[in-house]
Amino acid sequence: MTKLETLQHELLDLFTSNKETITGQDAPLLNEFRASAFDDFKRLGIPTKKHENYKYTNLESYLTGPEYSYELAPLNFEVNLDDLFHCDIPELATRIALVLNGFYYKHNRPVDLPEGVILCGLAEASREYPELIKKHYGKYAKAENDSLVALNTMFAQDGVFLYIPKNVVLDTPIQIINIAFSLMDLRITRRNLIIVEDSAQGSVLFCDHTLCGKSFITNSLTEIYVGENTNFDLTRLQNENGNSTQISNTFIHQEGNSNLTTNTLSLHGGLIRNNTYAKLNGENSYNNTYGLFLSDGNQHMSTFTNIHHAKPHCTSDQLVKGILNDTSTGAFNGKIYVDKGAIKTEAYQRNNNILLSKTAKMNTKPQLEIYNDDVKCSHGATIGQLDTNALFYIRSRGIVYEEARHLLMYAFANEVIGKIKLEALRERMIDMVDRRLRGELGACENCKIIHN
Amino acid sequence: MSVENDKILTEVTQNEYKYGFTTSIETELIPKGINEDVVRLISAKKEEPEWMLEFRLKAYRHWLTMKMPKWPHLKLPEIDFQDVIYYAAPRKKPKYDSIDEVDPELIDTFNRLGIPLDEQKHLAGVAVDAVMDSVSVKTTFRETLAELGIIFCSFSEAVKEHPDLVKKYMGSVVPYTDNFFATLNSAVFSDGSFCYIPKGVRCPMELSTYFRINAANTGQFERTLIVASDDSYVSYLEGCTAPMRDENQLHAAIVEIIAHDNAEVKYSTVQNWYPGDKNGKGGIYNFVTKRGICKGDNSKISWTQVETGSAITWKYPSCILKGNNTTSEFYSVAVTNNHQQADTGTKMIHIGKNSKSTIISKGISAGLSQNSYRGLVKVLKSADGARNFTQCDSMLLGDKCGAHTFPYLEIDNESAIIEHEATTSKIGEDQIFYCNQRGLDTENAIGLIINGYAKEVLNKLPMEFAVEAQKLLQISLEGSVG
Repeated sequence: MTKLETLQHELLDLFTSNKETITGQDAPLLNEFRASAFDDFKRLGIPTKKHENYKYTNLESYLTGPEYSYELAPLNFEVNLDDLFHCDIPELATRIALVLNGFYYKHNRPVDLPEGVILCGLAEASREYPELIKKHYGKYAKAENDSLVALNTMFAQDGVFLYIPKNVVLDTPIQIINIAFSLMDLRITRRNLIIVEDSAQGSVLFCDHTLCGKSFITNSLTEIYVGENTNFDLTRLQNENGNSTQISNTFIHQEGNSNLTTNTLSLHGGLIRNNTYAKLNGENSYNNTYGLFLSDGNQHMSTFTNIHHAKPHCTSDQLVKGILNDTSTGAFNGKIYVDKGAIKTEAYQRNNNILLSKTAKMNTKPQLEIYNDDVKCSHGATIGQLDTNALFYIRSRGIVYEEARHLLMYAFANEVIGKIKLEALRERMIDMVDRRLRGELGACENCKIIHN
Repeated sequence: MSVENDKILTEVTQNEYKYGFTTSIETELIPKGINEDVVRLISAKKEEPEWMLEFRLKAYRHWLTMKMPKWPHLKLPEIDFQDVIYYAAPRKKPKYDSIDEVDPELIDTFNRLGIPLDEQKHLAGVAVDAVMDSVSVKTTFRETLAELGIIFCSFSEAVKEHPDLVKKYMGSVVPYTDNFFATLNSAVFSDGSFCYIPKGVRCPMELSTYFRINAANTGQFERTLIVASDDSYVSYLEGCTAPMRDENQLHAAIVEIIAHDNAEVKYSTVQNWYPGDKNGKGGIYNFVTKRGICKGDNSKISWTQVETGSAITWKYPSCILKGNNTTSEFYSVAVTNNHQQADTGTKMIHIGKNSKSTIISKGISAGLSQNSYRGLVKVLKSADGARNFTQCDSMLLGDKCGAHTFPYLEIDNESAIIEHEATTSKIGEDQIFYCNQRGLDTENAIGLIINGYAKEVLNKLPMEFAVEAQKLLQISLEGSVG
């Protein structure tokens, strides 16, 4: 039996032997999905490198490691997260909610929200708002053909639930801080659900942090439904320690005339795998998927996208950039899928990478699958190093080599950073990426993050 | 406008396959199916030495452990490998000393295909090895070539006359364990062409192999081996056709190319196997493994292919850039219509320093067809300064077809510069309008645009082929628009 098969059996056993604890968390609607997810996970197994979608991401060495504990119920240790954590982005006016090891933090300060907007833990939502959960939970993330989704669905207990009702404009972004903090190495399951009803507007910022040097394996899944005429932004900032493994799945369902942007900035982490699935299910909708990753040491950062054009007249744009140093590896696996009926589709995809060291490795697989003739689709991918002519140009103007190199890398990254809509965050990111590229840790100072 | 276009499209799709005739010639067949005895029988029929039989049996035994690949973007039907005849040969004398001894039916067949076997009447300087079903019928201009030391003959003759060369190079690029179809070919291959260009020789004429399937229910398994010694040059052409039949026929070939220091090999294919009728009935299943190795420094291999035929095409002409400063090019036009399916592309494996590769792929899909580009660019750690440029464009004609792109880029060296770009679109209505405005009717306008679209690739073909390919494109697609 391979290591991953052993792990699969361990996880299945863990579920069977703790079924009561898991189902006993007072989230009845979430429980309905567990049995079939269990079967799916049992059938599918953890993807190996033989799995086409995981060809370039070797999960084995990351998922099987030290003895991980599993938090099956929220820990009752009293830690005041407000003391431990302050977001230090100046002038970033957000409404903050904290999530600790996948569980919505009980002592979150109440935030002032427009009428009808709901922000709470997913477990709480499944008790309080069963009709919303029933309508959307598990509808976009299908467990039957993705074992990591199945694994998440099997163990999912809590996470964030956000509901923006019809015609409501949420002008201040909601900042969700996912904190991993434990005295033991830990597996974390996090499940979020975001519902944006017709003609509503909002934006969410996820910050993923580790507050200690322990090893974490996070399986995070976010389902997002956006109704007609909506405008929604999701920015994700991943800054975790080098022992952490994060598999983050985002499933997006867009109705007509909607406009959705995701921007994922991966600054630090052991293994980061971001899967984004978007289905454009209404005419005239727009989807933008942006990403930037900076990797060094022996980190692995991998981006997987699948943009599915199901209806006519939709536009999608993908831009993923990576800078790789040391022995780090990166992967991009993007797909544009256009259905038969989805005429007048415009879909673009671009992946640019810079390799800074001899030992860094990048694999990219930009794919198009098109079943329709009335489309404009393109994709492009480049892998290379900094432009020597540009370097020479800058140096000939009296700027030292290191600085010139830094300037170019920064300019390269800036294309993605420039797309961040929250100004304060953008400013901050510029600074963080700048420091990250200089080899300093781009940590938020007050996070007290222990990186290694 | 669209009504008119639909009409034109219908006309085009009903175009008959013009090479679909059969030759009534007495054919020698062996029983259906495959087993060790069949492999031995084929080997015996070809009067092969013991080592060749050993090679075949090794391959056959390995094949038994393999499964048909499921990864291509193709709807592959179950193929019953026991329902195929693995050897068919026109009866009569297997070897001809002069053209007069060749069965007139055969000569007529090749004349109808536009491949004259008669050297006297031959205008263009092309040497042809004509292969019908499982055997080579005639190789022209052999003597002229022999004067220069060039060996150009059928594979079976090469096994007998140049066993050292065959032993040394056969299977060195495509080992018998390579893949399902290559292994099957290694076990049962019947004939093919062998070409050896000695050191410093520039082959004065185009060498060509013409493959023709004639017998029913048979599979064709040929093998081509081209060895270019130091400082040599050769341009090689390959053409193929088959009769129209309702059942599907299997074709699994291997092409191996070895280029030594400073050698250059240019390999061009116009693949026009019978594609099946407009309802998707019949047609050839074409599973081909083509691979070259730029073994020596500064060597060059270029693949040019025009793929218009076959019901299913599964073909990835590849190149291993082993030497330093080696170059490889891949130019492809793949056209699919009606129910055809194609999954084709290339692999460029960079091992040597400063190796360069260029990939230009143009896919055109019409009717209910599916056309995929699948390519790999792999740069190993040793390949400092590797350079690749890839462009794959797809054009869709009609709203029921599909065009797909599956590129794989695996880069393990920081000094490599790799670029990939791809677009998918239909013929621009504005382009058609522009042509219409200047007095071209829609049909001609589309022909013009398609030819312009494929020009980059067609330009790389040797002259005789370029004309044929252009005509072929026109037949397949002229006038179709979505």
